[in-house]
Amino acid sequence: MNFFRQSLFIAQKDLRSELRSKEALNASLAFALVILLLFSFAFDPTAEQTREIAGGLLWIVFAFAGALILNRSFARELANDCLDALVAAPISGAALFLGKVLANLALLLAVELVCLPVFGVFYDVPWTVQFWPLILVLLLATWGLTVVGTVFSALTVNLRLRELMLPMLVYPIMIPGLLAAIQLTTPLVIGQPLTAEMMLWLRLLIAFDVIFTAVALSLVETVLVR
Amino acid sequence: MSAIEVAGVWKFYGDFPALREVSFNVEAGTCLALLGRNGAGKTTLLRIIAGLSRAGRGQVRILGGEAREQAARARIGILGHGISLYDELSAFENLRLFGRLYGLADPAKSALAWLERTGLERVRHGLVREFSRGMRQRLAVARAFLHDPSVLLLDEPFTSLDDRAIALLQGLLCDAVAQGRTVVLSTHQLREALELATRVALLVRGRLAHAGPRTDEMLEDTGWLYRHYGEAP
Repeated sequence: MNFFRQSLFIAQKDLRSELRSKEALNASLAFALVILLLFSFAFDPTAEQTREIAGGLLWIVFAFAGALILNRSFARELANDCLDALVAAPISGAALFLGKVLANLALLLAVELVCLPVFGVFYDVPWTVQFWPLILVLLLATWGLTVVGTVFSALTVNLRLRELMLPMLVYPIMIPGLLAAIQLTTPLVIGQPLTAEMMLWLRLLIAFDVIFTAVALSLVETVLVR
Repeated sequence: MSAIEVAGVWKFYGDFPALREVSFNVEAGTCLALLGRNGAGKTTLLRIIAGLSRAGRGQVRILGGEAREQAARARIGILGHGISLYDELSAFENLRLFGRLYGLADPAKSALAWLERTGLERVRHGLVREFSRGMRQRLAVARAFLHDPSVLLLDEPFTSLDDRAIALLQGLLCDAVAQGRTVVLSTHQLREALELATRVALLVRGRLAHAGPRTDEMLEDTGWLYRHYGEAP
């Protein structure tokens, strides 16, 4: 059976389960909105300095809110020993992993797309001016975060302290990706176009995604069957 | 032809050997009762045969292929401790999902057929989390048999089943063996296991203490096997 069809079945299953339970989505969204609100109290939204760190603020929120979604990704399979049934099914670990990544990507992007207008209002930034470049950066950086997070979600699924371990493992590895995302998001979210110098960060972000996707797809079978 | 070949399998958890050079074959069309006390290594061995865990040493072959090969996995049905069903999906959605993952020609049709066979067709759109324990167990049996597997691996299948589910499972297993399928059954419930089994394997502290045909003596006296080949209590 087609590799991508199998991935889509897994993604569809995860999204359907999550949309019915809303366990991770509600927690992640509520967390993201509260942090955005608190940041707006902590920093003066009209100050130039705040605009300079706008990308950093956004990605702190997305990274922490993302951890709540990513933590649930494989933990969801623990109930009723569902992971055993998936690993025993005749689908490759890579297809299973890709399906999980697609579902997590959709959930995380949904949270980000709700947060962006809220951020625009709280911080009075013209985030829609560079809308499509901003969406591209969000997609690339969220893909990287999701790929790395989903691998570690699989790796830590049987750990008692998985909620703690996942962020501790993911964030150090995400540093290059997050750094690029912050550098690219900062001008875009305040309505400025990307300069030629910024293309280096874009290339770094693409390379990060390609490398970690390839590594994750090749390692996931080993992670799932121990 | 051997449906399952287990050759020199060791499994370590840290330094502890959970399985110690276990070797046996299961011929196609036979039912093997895998017996042993708690901690003997039955579940570990079943997980290795199912491809859910890797052997530290040794090899397992299913129907001539490696246990982790997709072709081998497509022909295995597993019923483990958990029901392996999603609480947030309906009975139909669960079976259709596994039908799709196993590459069935018409997953929806197969799902409906098994829902009918397990008496769950009227609640097919109900979420599994709303089901009673007995209904969940019957649905788990349907999931294990859905793709018409050639090899069935069952870990404590009768534990916590209600009467209806036990009757359903026993009927399905009898039919499966009669149709030439291979069944490996790990259980503490000796009476049920020995009634179905054509062969018996006894694990004692990770070692294969005995493997052979199920005899009438075992059926008449379920403690016979442990007294002759097991550890002293």
